[in-house]
Amino acid sequence: MGWQRKILRVNLSEGTAESEPLNMDWAFQYLGERGLATKYLWENMDPKADPVGPDNVLIFATGPLTGTMASTGGRYVVVTKGPLTGAIACSNSGGKFGAELKFAGYDLLVIHGRAPEPVYLHIVDDEVEILPAGELWGATVWHTEEALKARHQNPLLKVASIGVAGERGVRFACIINDLHRAAGRSGVGAVMGSKNLKAVAVHGTVGVRVDDPGRFMEVVRETHKLLAESDGRKELTELGTNAMIDMMQEFGGLPTRNFHEVQFDGVDKINPTAMAATTPSGHRNLITNKACFGCTIACGRIAHIDANHFTIVNRPEYRHASGGLEYETAYAFGPVVGIDDIDALTFASYLMNEHGMDPISFGGTLAAAMELYEMGVITADDTDGVALEFGNAEALTIMAEKTGKYEGFGQVLGLGSKRMCEKYGHPELFMGVKGQEFAGYDSRALQGMGLGYATSNRGACHLKHDAFAVDMEDQTGNGKARPVKRSQDKVAIIDSTGLCLFTTSAWGIKDFQKQIDAACEGDWTVERLFETGERIWNLERQFNLAAGLTAADDTLPKRLLEVPAPSGTAKGKVNELDKMLPEYYAERGWTTDGVPTQETLERLGL
Amino acid sequence: MQKSLLITADLCTSCMQCEMACSFEHEGVFNPAKSRIKVFEFEHGKRAIPYTCTQCAEAWCLHACPVEALSRNPQTGAVEVDDDVCVGCKVCTIACPFGTVNYNQDTGKVIKCDLCGGDPQCAAVCPTDAIVYVDANWTGYERMKQWAVKSDARPSA
Repeated sequence: MGWQRKILRVNLSEGTAESEPLNMDWAFQYLGERGLATKYLWENMDPKADPVGPDNVLIFATGPLTGTMASTGGRYVVVTKGPLTGAIACSNSGGKFGAELKFAGYDLLVIHGRAPEPVYLHIVDDEVEILPAGELWGATVWHTEEALKARHQNPLLKVASIGVAGERGVRFACIINDLHRAAGRSGVGAVMGSKNLKAVAVHGTVGVRVDDPGRFMEVVRETHKLLAESDGRKELTELGTNAMIDMMQEFGGLPTRNFHEVQFDGVDKINPTAMAATTPSGHRNLITNKACFGCTIACGRIAHIDANHFTIVNRPEYRHASGGLEYETAYAFGPVVGIDDIDALTFASYLMNEHGMDPISFGGTLAAAMELYEMGVITADDTDGVALEFGNAEALTIMAEKTGKYEGFGQVLGLGSKRMCEKYGHPELFMGVKGQEFAGYDSRALQGMGLGYATSNRGACHLKHDAFAVDMEDQTGNGKARPVKRSQDKVAIIDSTGLCLFTTSAWGIKDFQKQIDAACEGDWTVERLFETGERIWNLERQFNLAAGLTAADDTLPKRLLEVPAPSGTAKGKVNELDKMLPEYYAERGWTTDGVPTQETLERLGL
Repeated sequence: MQKSLLITADLCTSCMQCEMACSFEHEGVFNPAKSRIKVFEFEHGKRAIPYTCTQCAEAWCLHACPVEALSRNPQTGAVEVDDDVCVGCKVCTIACPFGTVNYNQDTGKVIKCDLCGGDPQCAAVCPTDAIVYVDANWTGYERMKQWAVKSDARPSA
């Protein structure tokens, strides 16, 4: 158990929804969530298919520990082919939606085709309906969630939906569940929009059972305790993920003004201290912290905007609390665009959630647009009269709203940075990999991060490997291939359990292993888990190669490979990808062209 | 000594561990839909408030039950449902002013908080002490203490 042993397959073109048994052979090879969804995607679609065409397949997947008392057991993942990258997309989210889908009795929700008219899915256990979205098409995420609960007179419904950004194909549109948790990256919301699917609303009453309840509860008590006593966990609870902004500032790894700089002078105005400070007029940004389902960390921030701030002074509808700044939103609306107005950052964050967009990609795209503007390549004539200068807080919030509503220059920003920079003849200004914008870590200061970015199967991503500690200790490219490879496999395992990566603040692989082994049938050893992680990574790679990506896509922008960091602990350094990448391919058992060898595939049963 | 659940909503992060622990204890399955305690969220998560039965001394559910399926456990003070007697008439769900007695479609009986026989699992698992299990006569003790320290007018040394 752990698994529900059942999936729900929906074909929107044909208007059908049928449950079928979970393929348990695959479950034993790929565990769940990310791994299992990758296998289902591989078996169910042609990787060459248009990501926003009807032949793309959209999968919502839970893990065997989703909906259990294992701490953070509320995660789900959206796996599909990403419209931002043309590669496999794998966007992980918390909140309460994932556990609810599992409680309704499903490990996976697999969506095919395209509905002739806008629809939403209404799932209550075995009762599944494809219903007309009607006037909800065009509505915000926030309105949609409220309206669906009201329409079905069911406050217990959990909703994952898209805003106009997803409907209109913004390349970095995301899927938002529970108002402010996001399956954020690679444009999975645009895939949902292309299928004419506005929302999935689910209520589950079946519950989740585990294989060995007695042993499981014993292990869970131990692992809860480990988290409770961990200093890393305490920092996440008290400061949130934005604690990282001070660390990166000090280290000199905080990408600033489209990666021209690596430290930002306005950091004190947007860090956790600023969030918790009371202004002279009596406003405090941070209200409280909040957990996702099952989480005993509670790193989420609930904040509000100063009612007198220019962004909302005439908009009382935004004078409520909502999800506040995480590190990546603080980075993407702060340093990388040169802005230090905490209320503007918070408002932009609200807009991302309300309209369903990925803040990292939006901020990265805006940063490139600002550089184009300052170079004179684009002017106010292109930008609806807005001065897109670094540091302009008003430009940030206006453009966030225009992109969310798909209006004016927001339609250009909605292309994502790579396509926008190509459109204006300056592809070198795109700061990302495989079409996806970087997160808030500069890979001149963090060498392994650069290798992780370059080789991540979903495009630039800070969450698909974890060589952070190694990077902080040694700022050369020496010996980075092995820890990056090993941690990629480890993260692939954790992403396939239903648990959150932030538990690694207290847990080692053995702690995950004990929980999985108690919850699931079969003998799950640490060795088997690492082999599973490696299998998942290689299958994702296979998908990308079949989709047409090559080793040439495993690269970094010239700005990181050729222009030395101007300050910080890595001053004078560039990223040493040319040294790390061949070592990495060898470590993976891939050819020098980045293709898994026959021997590697056979070893992993691929 | 009887004890009571003491809920301090300010400390709740809405993690739902209590709902899972409750359903696991009573149903052997992780299933918030069958939890006797519920966590409510207001204003995008600004407030999260766990709520369950207060075990009224003059329990309206108990008085309303036509078949005497509800009775008080003298050790814990909890009003408990005898599943062998309950006929699922739901009168107690109407009688309870707080909504904390609810019908369970799967069994045809009602469910309510029974304090897990004196070891409430919601309190045991709560990671922030938003739910604790304390002397029933002194649920106000900590709050009194907080006001007491505020009322201390002596200059500090």
